[in-house]
Amino acid sequence: MKKLLILGGGTAGTMMLNKLNGVLDANDWQITIVDQFETHYYQPGFLFIPFGIYSKKDVVKPKRDYFPTGTNVVMSEIDKIEPNENRVLLKNNQVLTYDVLIIATGSKISPDEIEGLKDELWFKNIFDFYTIEGACALAGFFKNWQGGKLVLNIAEMPIKCPVAPLEFVFLADWYFTERGIRDKVEIHFVTPLPGAFTKPKASSILGDFLDKKNIKLTSEFSIAKVDNENKKIISWDEKEVPFDVLVSIPPNMGDEAIARSGMGDEFNFIPTNKHTLQSDNYKNIFIIGDATNLPSSKAGSVAHFEADILFENILSYINGEPLRASFDGHANCFIESGFGKGILIDFNYDTEPLPGKFPLPGVGPFSLLEETKMNHYGKVMFRWMYWNQLLTGKELPIESNMSMAGKRG
Amino acid sequence: MSELTLARDADGNLANKADWNEEAALMLAKEEGIELLNERRWVVINFMRKVFEEKGDAPSIRRLTKESGINTKELYELFPGGPAKKAAKIAGLPKPKGCI
Ligand SMILES: Cc1cc2nc3c(=O)[nH]c(=O)nc-3n(C[C@H](O)[C@H](O)[C@H](O)COP(=O)(O)OP(=O)(O)OC[C@H]3O[C@@H](n4cnc5c(N)ncnc54)[C@H](O)[C@@H]3O)c2cc1C
Repeated sequence: MKKLLILGGGTAGTMMLNKLNGVLDANDWQITIVDQFETHYYQPGFLFIPFGIYSKKDVVKPKRDYFPTGTNVVMSEIDKIEPNENRVLLKNNQVLTYDVLIIATGSKISPDEIEGLKDELWFKNIFDFYTIEGACALAGFFKNWQGGKLVLNIAEMPIKCPVAPLEFVFLADWYFTERGIRDKVEIHFVTPLPGAFTKPKASSILGDFLDKKNIKLTSEFSIAKVDNENKKIISWDEKEVPFDVLVSIPPNMGDEAIARSGMGDEFNFIPTNKHTLQSDNYKNIFIIGDATNLPSSKAGSVAHFEADILFENILSYINGEPLRASFDGHANCFIESGFGKGILIDFNYDTEPLPGKFPLPGVGPFSLLEETKMNHYGKVMFRWMYWNQLLTGKELPIESNMSMAGKRG
Repeated sequence: MSELTLARDADGNLANKADWNEEAALMLAKEEGIELLNERRWVVINFMRKVFEEKGDAPSIRRLTKESGINTKELYELFPGGPAKKAAKIAGLPKPKGCI
């Protein structure tokens, strides 16, 4: 009996499990999945919690509901991987061996990396919304807030879902307008990037949206520390931005288990072949989702496209064939922009987000890099698709590799 | 040698790594508002080139801080504005891919 082991039962791990289960012969292969927590969080939903649109109950389901029967499920923290021994040590003292390993341990925020961030004001005037705890605490704060300086700061790139911070300030503009206190709230977007987003065309168009919505942009700001006493953030080159409430996107890093295994880079992300998703260093290890070091966005949609490619390559690997399927870096992100509208971007390693139309059979075209109601429905629909189609490994009506159809160059 | 003779990429970095030498480095530094390449700056530039040689990409600030022996504060003093981006340019390398 051969063993296929999946580390991490989040978005990517669950998808791979569902795709491989039933395809690998159950007489030859045993599939095991390991995770430390029983609850699956729909992370894209965290964005809506601070504004009272979703609450915790809207974003949680038991992980096991999405694991097919017959799967060997182990609930324990992973201590470390020993890639030369083909085995994984767990915190519950279990040792798991494998023939093929899929690592899908994701990424998470590390507020401790920034001096003064997780200090006196943490969860009083400083919040994150990349965790369920942060998002809920911020919802509580906003409910009674009467206005002042709202600063959103991205500490360092790369971060997962790089559009989420922009969506956050767009939604804040809408939320405080609805509450009738928009004139009392100064919204300030502070980023280490040279503009609103990572890619030039989208950055300029999204920058215009910030302007239009009266959101102040400070670019090339690399945070060194937070001054809790005087409520300001200070950059390495000593620029200062004062805040009444700071919404921070702390550095995003891979899990410490990756560092303990000696398998990660300076962010604990794992060196991965950007086309085949095979580990650069070990032939029987594959990596998917936020845990990779790929120069693509870290997003659920990206993990989904990767899953189609990885599924084929795992089968090829098992059959002793060359890895033929090639990932192109495809990302497809709905950007919620407030007032019931949204913006859509679609891009890959080589093609930056472009304006135009995005065809979707049966649902109709979405507009790229434009604010429309249809794009908002796309975002709303994503949650349903996530639980009902994406996680279960079903085919979505979107190609895994990017298409130029409808795009204007 | 003048600026005109060296081919550039879309970011204004050298298009051909082979065009790089100490003289080119100084010229690129001046474009970035850095008048002098002192010993500390060379530590960073040489580290950038070494990592690029090994990994095919210039290092992030986090990696620079961790491994070059120069802390973040000093990196920003040596290369005001954007250490990783500026030092990569002066080292004759393409802009770090790092962030998406
Ligand atoms: C606020 C926010 C908004 C977002 N919006 C969008 C969006 O609109 N669209 C989109 O496509 N994506 C979005 N994303 C990104 C998306 O949620 C992630 O990219 C996706 O979940 C990554 O999947 P993953 O499987 O790689 O990691 P995860 O889903 O995070 O799963 C990792 C799993 O590994 C487990 N694990 C890690 N380390 C260990 C260990 N040592 N031992 C045991 N278990 C371990 C964790 O418990 C977890 O279950 C958003 C993310 C956030 C935070």
